[in-house]
Amino acid sequence: MSWNWEVFCKSTLDENFSPVCFGTGGETTYLDWIMSAWGWTLSVSALGLLIAMVLGILMGALRTLPPDNFITRLLATIGNVWVELFRNIPVLVQVFLWYHVVPALIPVLKGLPSFILVSLALGFFTSSRIAEQVRAGIGALPRGQRSAAMAMGLTTFQSYRYVILPMALRIVIPPITSESMNIIKNSSVAFAVSVAELTLFAMQAQEETSRGIEIYLGVTALYVISALTVNRIMALIESKTRVPGFIVSASSGGH
Amino acid sequence: MNIDLSFYNLEMIRQYVLSGFLFSLQLTVIGTIGGIFFGTLLALMRLSGKRTLTIPAGAYVNMMRSIPLVMVILWFFLLMPSILGRPIGAEASAIITFIAFESAFFCEIMRSGIQSIPRGQIYAGQAMGMTYAQNMRLVILPQAFRNMIPVLLTQTIVLFQDTSLVYAIGAYDMLKGFEVAGKNYGRPIETYLAAAVIYFFICFGLSRLVKILQQRVAIIR
Repeated sequence: MSWNWEVFCKSTLDENFSPVCFGTGGETTYLDWIMSAWGWTLSVSALGLLIAMVLGILMGALRTLPPDNFITRLLATIGNVWVELFRNIPVLVQVFLWYHVVPALIPVLKGLPSFILVSLALGFFTSSRIAEQVRAGIGALPRGQRSAAMAMGLTTFQSYRYVILPMALRIVIPPITSESMNIIKNSSVAFAVSVAELTLFAMQAQEETSRGIEIYLGVTALYVISALTVNRIMALIESKTRVPGFIVSASSGGH
Repeated sequence: MNIDLSFYNLEMIRQYVLSGFLFSLQLTVIGTIGGIFFGTLLALMRLSGKRTLTIPAGAYVNMMRSIPLVMVILWFFLLMPSILGRPIGAEASAIITFIAFESAFFCEIMRSGIQSIPRGQIYAGQAMGMTYAQNMRLVILPQAFRNMIPVLLTQTIVLFQDTSLVYAIGAYDMLKGFEVAGKNYGRPIETYLAAAVIYFFICFGLSRLVKILQQRVAIIR
C-alpha cells in the first residue's frame, strides 16, 4: 500500500494539483474543503455547547430546588422530565426530529439553516447530560452553604446566583470538560442532515478521490486535535477559577 | 400541519420496522457480550504492569475514545474488505465495529471495577496458592463484574442508542426501518416521531430497571 497525500492538493473539480495545496484563483482543493469542514464542525460544536451550558445549568439547578412549595416542586419536576426526555432518545434521532419534525410543527423555525437546527439538537441532547453533572455538583456542596445563604436572608434565587452555583460550577468543570469533548465527537451526526462538516467531508471526498485512508486519517487527526485543544482550554479555565483550599469532588456526595 | 397516524398498522410495522429492530437488538447484544469479553481482556492488559501489554492496550483504548463513533464505523467499513480480502456487508461490518469500539469503553469500566476490589482479596487469593488466572477467574473478576453491573448495563443502553449511527453506512437498523417506511408512505414526520417515542420508551424503561437493580446489588460488602 502506498500513501498519496497529494490528494489534499488536488482540485475538487478537475485533475489539477495546486503547488501550494490551498486553491488559488477561485479553485478549491481538498485541503481548502477539509479546513472549511473543520470550521463547520467547530462552529456546530461551539454553538451546541453554548446552548447546552445555558440549558444544562438551568435544568440542573431546577432539579435541586428544595421541595418547599408547589412551584419549586413543579420546577424540579420539569428539570427531571427534561433530563429523561433528552437523555433517552439517540442523538441522531434528535437531529432528525429538529430537522424534519420541529420546523413542520413550529412554522417560525422553517427558515432556519440546518446548521442552527443541528446545533439545537446537539445542545438539547448535551444539556441533559450537563444538567445531571450540575445536579451532582450542587449535591456535593456542604449543606452549610445553602443554610448560610438562607441565614443571610438571601432569596432562593440569590442563594443560587451568589453562593451555590459559583461553587458548584467549579466542581463540575472536569465532567463538563468531557462533555465538551463529547459534543465535538457527537457533532459528527450532522452529516445526516447535510451540514458540510468533517464526517460529511470524509464520506464525500472518499467517494470522489478513492483515497479513503488518507482522507479519513486527515479527518480523524482533526477530531483528535480539536478534542485535545478543548481539553487544554478547560484545564486552563479550571486552574484560573480554582478557589484556594476548596477541594470537593462531585462523586463524593453530600454531608 | 396535520398528523396522520392512520397508516400505522401491524402489516407496516412488520414489513419495515421489525427487521430493523431485530438488527438493532442483535447489534446491542453482540456488541455488549463481545465488548465485555474483549474489554475485560484489555483491562487485564492495562492492569498487568508489563509495558509490552499496558502501552498497546492503553493506546488502543485512548484512540477509540477520542474518535467519533461515526468515523470508527466508516473506518471499519473502508478497511474491512482489504483486511478480510473479500467484500463485507454493512451489517457484518457494523457488528465488528461495535465489538471493537465498545470494548474500549467496557475496558475502562472493568478496569475501575477491578481496581475497586480491595487489595487484600488479591493477596488472599495468592496466599491460597492460586495462579494469576485462577485468582482473576475465581476471586477478582466475579466481584468486579458484580460491582459494575449497573455501569455495564448503563453502557449497554448507550450502546443501544448508538446503534442508530450505523445509518452512516446504510445498514438497516430500527431508525432506518422507520425512515424507509416514512419515505414509502410519504409521511416522514410521523415516522421520525414514532422512532423517537419507541427509542425513548425502550431506553427509559431499561434505565428504570437498571436503577432498581442498582439498589438490589449495591450492598454486597
